[in-house]
Amino acid sequence: MLKLVNVCKTFNTGTINERKALIDINLELNEGDFITVIGGNGAGKSTVLNAVAGIWPVDSGAIFIDGNNVTGMPEHVRAKFIGRVFQDPMMGTAPDMQIEENLALALRRGKRRGLGWGVTAKEKVEFKQKLSRLGLGLEDRMTSKVGLLSGGQRQALTLLMASIQRPKLLLLDEHTAALDPATAALVLEITEQIVSENNLTTLMVTHNMGDAIKYGNRLIMMNEGRIIYEVSGEEKKSLTKDDLMKKFAAVSGTQLDSDEMLLG
Amino acid sequence: MILTNFVSAITFANLIGRLPGGIAQGIIWGIMALGVYISFRILNLADLSVDGTFATGGAVSVMLILAGCPAWLACICAMVSGIIAGIVTGLLHAKLGIPAILAGILTQFALYSINLRIMGMAANQPANPDVYNLVITMRKIPLSIVVGAVLAIVLMVLLYWYFGTEQGSAMRASGSNPAMGNALGINVNTMKIIGLALSNGMVALAGSLMAQYQGFADINMGRGAIVIGLAAVIIGEILCDAIFKKGCNFFIRLLFVVIGGIIYYIVMVIILWLKLDPNDLKLFTAIIVAIFLAAPYLQKLRKTSFKNAFKKSVKMLGKEDKNNA
Repeated sequence: MLKLVNVCKTFNTGTINERKALIDINLELNEGDFITVIGGNGAGKSTVLNAVAGIWPVDSGAIFIDGNNVTGMPEHVRAKFIGRVFQDPMMGTAPDMQIEENLALALRRGKRRGLGWGVTAKEKVEFKQKLSRLGLGLEDRMTSKVGLLSGGQRQALTLLMASIQRPKLLLLDEHTAALDPATAALVLEITEQIVSENNLTTLMVTHNMGDAIKYGNRLIMMNEGRIIYEVSGEEKKSLTKDDLMKKFAAVSGTQLDSDEMLLG
Repeated sequence: MILTNFVSAITFANLIGRLPGGIAQGIIWGIMALGVYISFRILNLADLSVDGTFATGGAVSVMLILAGCPAWLACICAMVSGIIAGIVTGLLHAKLGIPAILAGILTQFALYSINLRIMGMAANQPANPDVYNLVITMRKIPLSIVVGAVLAIVLMVLLYWYFGTEQGSAMRASGSNPAMGNALGINVNTMKIIGLALSNGMVALAGSLMAQYQGFADINMGRGAIVIGLAAVIIGEILCDAIFKKGCNFFIRLLFVVIGGIIYYIVMVIILWLKLDPNDLKLFTAIIVAIFLAAPYLQKLRKTSFKNAFKKSVKMLGKEDKNNA
């Protein structure tokens, strides 16, 4: 479903701040794979995700989604394949627009936007039903401005928006990092529900080792722009945080020192 | 003696006599403000090209009318000229990466030369309402008010419809959250270009109406148009929020933008009626706009400020412990 072949990206090329963010990344996701990506700060986790989303063009290598070479497609064109949830809860929704308008925008992802009505009556019924399944009471506030919602509510709504038009690929960029632990757990629960119900191919970047182990069928660890460890299937199920720490030390030659990752 | 003459000239009859003309011109500024609303509020861009496009609209329509073109057609051509100018600003911003505010200034600057060319290198071109059949003119103020109001309502209905469509929603999303827009497959840059085109088209139409109303096009007629447009938008919003505390529908908001334009111009009429020097008008406008722009911020400060927090803390602790808990 997703394939990265020798993808490289360097930031600030030719300056003193030059940083090789991605070095020869090769990765293949099959249909229905749920892969979690962990690593310390600056390891390249979010950079991989941004390369796939098309925030900027890669320096070399190729990216395929569902067999389509998307390497040359700008972000808004690639969007027809991809649902996204961002780290910042403010980024995934339009604050000045109503909940139902946001959902209607998401429903038209990858489609031509003409002069038909922005939200139809039939869609409103569908939205109400889908919102009620989130269990946040948003179904009674369909015409409220999204700017009035809390961070957790906005992330849950963004998740629904990312999946309402079934994407070939769901990209989650530390989407619970800005939430309090209880809300983060709730949003992850909703994530799991949406991913499994729609059998979505998913790439989830996280800081939290516990979440990385708990969710998904595959896990990759990154360090300094490279994928340094990969695990899947039964082996992943029996993985512990200790295992991950040891693996990291063995492969990278350094200790994993991010407090957040230890605590998670 | 001079003072008594001055005071005696300021009569209410005089003011009442001036009001209808003020309303007619206010509606025209209101139409312009609808254009400014698109760039300033929907796209979240400060587009300064409107100062140029307002004059372009006037110049294009007056020259066409002088050449024998029907006035209504001249209005449409003026609108098209504004749309083209808006596309230029949009391209400078979206395709060449120039900040919107600078892109607008560049277009406005360039339009000065272009407007002069359009007007045959004259700074002023009259279109005599006795000779030409104009859409709107100060010779027939009641009719002008009706025509202006009908046009404004038609434009409001069109805008209300457009921003309810899929494309209009995409444009609102592009202004509200561009990052989300791109992630949802909206070409945010294209939306900005279309929005700026629409906005400047409406501003040029307003310029065309103003030139016909006053009976001439002038190279400087658009100077400060952006400030007047902002004034109208902000006055309208403050009024609308004051009346509809629980929020209101988009059509009412647009209506209040036009009403904001009318109120703005009536304030100007009052200032003129008070015999203040017309050359000081821009200063008054700037002061009024600054007050209205600052009002929401100051209101917030009144509710929550460091000064108040300190006062409350002193009250809580008692006067003796002012600085030490």
